[in-house]
Amino acid sequence: MTRNSQAAAESVFREESGRIIATLIRLAGSFDRAEDALQEAFTSALATWPKTGIPTNPAAWLMTTAQRKLIDQGRRERTQREKEDSVRYEIEAFRPATEPELETAMHLPDDRLRLIFTCCHPALNQEGQVALTLRTLGGLSTPEIAKAFLLPEPTLAQRLVRAKRKIQEAHIPYEVPPPERLPERLASVQTVVYLIFNEGYVATAGDQLVRTDLCAEAIRLGRVLRDLMPHESENVALLALMLLHDSRRAARIHNGELITLEEQDRTLWDQTKISEGLALIEQAVRRGPPGPYQIQAAIAALHGEAKTASETDWQQIAALYEKLLELNASPVIALNHAVAIAMSSGLAEGLKHIEQIGASGQLDRYYLYHAARADILRRIGRKKESASAYSKSLELATNKVEQQYLRRRLAEVQNRPQ
Amino acid sequence: MRYMLLVYSREQAPAYPESMQQIAEGHRRVMAEAAAKGILEGAEPLRPATTATTIRPQNGKSIVLDGPFAETKEQLAGYYILNCKDLDEAIEWAKKIPTGCGGAEGCIEIRPLLEQPAHLMVQAAHH
Repeated sequence: MTRNSQAAAESVFREESGRIIATLIRLAGSFDRAEDALQEAFTSALATWPKTGIPTNPAAWLMTTAQRKLIDQGRRERTQREKEDSVRYEIEAFRPATEPELETAMHLPDDRLRLIFTCCHPALNQEGQVALTLRTLGGLSTPEIAKAFLLPEPTLAQRLVRAKRKIQEAHIPYEVPPPERLPERLASVQTVVYLIFNEGYVATAGDQLVRTDLCAEAIRLGRVLRDLMPHESENVALLALMLLHDSRRAARIHNGELITLEEQDRTLWDQTKISEGLALIEQAVRRGPPGPYQIQAAIAALHGEAKTASETDWQQIAALYEKLLELNASPVIALNHAVAIAMSSGLAEGLKHIEQIGASGQLDRYYLYHAARADILRRIGRKKESASAYSKSLELATNKVEQQYLRRRLAEVQNRPQ
Repeated sequence: MRYMLLVYSREQAPAYPESMQQIAEGHRRVMAEAAAKGILEGAEPLRPATTATTIRPQNGKSIVLDGPFAETKEQLAGYYILNCKDLDEAIEWAKKIPTGCGGAEGCIEIRPLLEQPAHLMVQAAHH
């Protein structure tokens, strides 16, 4: 029983804390007070539920209890303040003038929308946005986030403190932005979610390629975002994109080694995720004009639908990258476009594109530029040049699994056993 | 909440005197609009950084130096103090200021004022 209620409390906490904390922040006008109140409510649940049994609506129980804690907290602080008559001043952001009334129903529109827009406010730095989103909306603990990003806990804690302080002291509003500011602000939210996913999909450091926990969390956040604003086609497309990438997770590593898309065992691809991704793309297409996520998802879908690597519709993929370049003329997208050209219109043509991109020097420090160039040179049979490009890429790569892969390729073009 | 909007700009005069005029007009428009909304608490342009004097304590004395505190391409050129609901509103105003966002080179830094409660200000005035 005790173990059951502990597990129930933990699972409710994990599932519902984002929703609960979002409302508590609105009522308390402070991230810290809200977190304290929720923590206290959770502690109460652990103490009470083994005796009374798990309540019929555990989320509502936690919400009500946390709100009571919030009111108690407010009273305690007021009494304390009245006792102290010494001169003191306080900088307070959005403290409500009156005591919050107990809210039994979850607030509509969902407070999580305010929360996600505040966490991803462009006035916060990206590290802070990511940490705060995972902490509050994702319900991850500080040690969990630190572990996922392979960072020391104090570093992560510091990021959270800094972000929360800026929200409070610079009065970053706790609200859904008005329609005229929505596109820009929503893009910033989507960036944070996709950043979390990418950090999980290709961890920038460490000896593991994929950090499954971060991918799963990003997909969960992507679902929340889609559910909150289902009419935004790019929210739907972002979720599709993440699912389609994630569907290949099991096939990307074999015996600790990176397996490229071309060499992957496609029977290991998660068909459930692929079909959900494909269905979502259709929804996204119906809901809005193609944005960057929709185009990227369409590219991922073309890979997902190809039964073998040679059946991949590279021509279509090249066309999609061209569209993407129109929206965002980034050299990284241009690089992907060049690879698609190499695969559809011929290696020599692709190499020409790659070297044009390289001429700007913008991608000199980008390991995938050198890896892509090395790969085409290898296919053409210009082994010496390929080897030096692989070496360059190896110098710049920071993930151990990717380094291992590049070493294997390097040995191959140098005609030596690894 | 009051915010100071610090206007940083390049100091060399624009190539065309008309654009100088346009910038000045742009500032006047923003000031008029903010004043009409009742949120304008102050706005002043500064003379160029060549007129700046920096006082810095050194070995227990104050030394006086010619020039601005930091030699950078963009120098503080003026400021606005606006009483806004929140940072988003301040950002919207910053976007209207001609320097930086309004076309001329430069940028705007938004800083919330550290609001001192009235009784502290009064105390300070009496000392």
